[in-house]
Amino acid sequence: MIKVALIGNPNTGKTSLFNHLTGLNQKVGNYPGITVDKKTGICKLSASQKATILDLPGTYSLNASSADEKIVIDILNNPSNELYPDVAVVVTDVEQLKRNLLVFTQVKDLEIPTLLVINMADRMKSKGISIDIEQLEAELNTKIVIISSKKQIGIEDVKQAIIAYDSLSIDRCITKEKIKQNTITNPELIETLSAAELKKVQHRETIVRYQFINDILKKSYVVDRTKATDLQAKLDRIFTHKIFGYVIFGLLLLLIFQVIFEWSSVPMDFIDGVFGSLADWTKEVLPKGMLTNLLAEGIIAGLGGIIIFIPQIAFLFFFISILEESGYMSRVVFLMDKIMRRFGLSGKSIVPLISGAACAIPAIMATRNIESWKERLITILVTPFITCSARLPVYAILISLIIPGERVFWFFNWQGITLMLLYLLGFIIALLSAYILHKTLRIESKSYFVVELPKYKVPLFKNVAFTVIEKTKAFVFEAGKIILAISIILWVLASVGVNEKFNNAETIVATAIEANGLNEVQEKTLQYKIQRYEEILLEEAETPLTPQEIDVAITEKTPELRDAVINDEIAALRLENSILGVIGKTIEPVIKPLGYDWKIGIALVSSFAAREVFIGTLATIYSVGSEGDDEEGNTIKAKMQSEVHAKSGKKVFTFASGISLLLFYAFAMQCMSTLAIVKRETNSWKWPMIQLVGMSVIAYVAAFISFQLLN
Amino acid sequence: MLTVADLKKGEKATILDFSLDSIPLKLIEMGCLPGNEIALVQTTLFNGPLFVTINDSSIAIRKDTAAAIFIEKVV
Repeated sequence: MIKVALIGNPNTGKTSLFNHLTGLNQKVGNYPGITVDKKTGICKLSASQKATILDLPGTYSLNASSADEKIVIDILNNPSNELYPDVAVVVTDVEQLKRNLLVFTQVKDLEIPTLLVINMADRMKSKGISIDIEQLEAELNTKIVIISSKKQIGIEDVKQAIIAYDSLSIDRCITKEKIKQNTITNPELIETLSAAELKKVQHRETIVRYQFINDILKKSYVVDRTKATDLQAKLDRIFTHKIFGYVIFGLLLLLIFQVIFEWSSVPMDFIDGVFGSLADWTKEVLPKGMLTNLLAEGIIAGLGGIIIFIPQIAFLFFFISILEESGYMSRVVFLMDKIMRRFGLSGKSIVPLISGAACAIPAIMATRNIESWKERLITILVTPFITCSARLPVYAILISLIIPGERVFWFFNWQGITLMLLYLLGFIIALLSAYILHKTLRIESKSYFVVELPKYKVPLFKNVAFTVIEKTKAFVFEAGKIILAISIILWVLASVGVNEKFNNAETIVATAIEANGLNEVQEKTLQYKIQRYEEILLEEAETPLTPQEIDVAITEKTPELRDAVINDEIAALRLENSILGVIGKTIEPVIKPLGYDWKIGIALVSSFAAREVFIGTLATIYSVGSEGDDEEGNTIKAKMQSEVHAKSGKKVFTFASGISLLLFYAFAMQCMSTLAIVKRETNSWKWPMIQLVGMSVIAYVAAFISFQLLN
Repeated sequence: MLTVADLKKGEKATILDFSLDSIPLKLIEMGCLPGNEIALVQTTLFNGPLFVTINDSSIAIRKDTAAAIFIEKVV
């Protein structure tokens, strides 16, 4: 296997070439010890030869000023490193050749066989560019391959050139004497020199390299400027306009979110249905017992809880990668920098903040390109405030419970407006806490902001598709394992009893009902179930039913429904006397001032693992999930509506306690996977702990104030 | 001495010098070097970042960085 390293500036089509060469044979991992993604792939060069391709992070040069950046230069300097390439492929953009050659000369000076790929050849004619390839090959002492990743021209030539890497010269571009002190061949300087000295050395080196590049391009690279079109400039006049730029961005965001929710709802309902039936099926097919229950209620339900988010995450990354691929995202970064800076963030924070609307995990990983450590840290700390898709089901059920669905304006209704306000609230609190962190954190870090605004281009479908697959995979595996583990733990806690009541739940409930019949709440639930049954009956009937027929059907069905109510009661009694129930009762005094009872307490505790567990837990607590009713949402809602406090008999879910819960979920740090990612990205437990405590305190205070005021 | 921060929208200039302490190395790597041409394409509200082109590359920089690049206007 030939080992190939792919190197190049951002926006040169390096990733496109990587995707063309490797197809879906890609792996994203980590370099040991640092948080830089390591992308590798396998490429079939010919019938008999294969190559492993290492896609190094896009960079303008090999100059490093920190340990994270040093990784590339360390690999390329050390022939005994397992990643050390047999051949380096430097990818350049034909329009930015001068700037792109800087990194080429650096790689070449490491005496590695280096192939030069000039991309976007399809643009040469329209831009009036002509290159004397032979001359350039001679000057640079290498082989040049012209490709167009967009039109898939020249990919085979790249493969052939890789096979023939032995014939490439390893002579330097610039002799040792010209740059005596440099950090490319002497990377130890990065650690020994002071920051200011290091910069001076790298500055001098850059000047020498540019002199060399200017000299050779003068002979071989000609641009006929009269042929340049100004479509790009026209686009920028609109998209980066002082006022219209912001209007367009706002409208685009609105459109994207609208579409994400619209498009996701169908596959999400489908997934929900499939996992529901799968759980039922498992219970039917497998012998009754603990293991079957664990599989059906713990593992399958847990898996469903992860997979249900895939549509939203995939669609969000679909749009984000289109925005990035097209070059528009850099314009947003440019537009937003000043506003974000007031709050201690960078223009680049906008990408994580938008991604946070799907899931904080990939969003926090997207902060890596923010240069200033302080700005990056603040972005990491506030991103979980953004309303992520896991909060959505919680919001949806609470809103439908406490906010009337009346229409206010022609297509707005109060429920929709509340949801929008919650999104806005998340964003505002994120900015406010960023501001406070900005004023209080004493971190010295120079805030630089240099962003390339690449040329606009039509996104390549392959690149977009690969990004979506990669990000979705990362979510499923990163968050998935934790959500799954928690679902299992929760199930176990709910299935282990602490006293005799747990074991004798069936007899206790049976005796009580035999003596006094159904109580008020049970009777109400039964009536509701009968009503639902009637509705379904009418919907499914092929011919209209007579009132008598309906009565007969209902009378026939009633004992079954009554049994279901009793079974629910048994499950509820069990839960109350399980470990989970004891936990809920223990924390009840703490959450009482927020308007919650012990059952909500259990849901809150389990939500600290992952928010979306809330509904599942309530379903277990109110024991409605066991029935496998496909109108589950409605059943939970009905249960929640009729739920009363044991002592006072007052309703549990009122406007006051509902708002208090909404605020709690908006602000609280209830996601273990996010904490794990923050730990990895900040390399200490300090920041995730600050995040956990800070956000929980804010959530508690907000919930407390709102409940006390509204109650 | 004139700096990039003094340019008006649409104006072009030649880079003469810069204060190495105040501009990031990345900008130098992108071609911000004496002798090269720089043009101001777009500004933002409230003294936000500037959109400049250096050697045909479009780059966004903050105003304080722009004020550290010394120039001579091209007429």
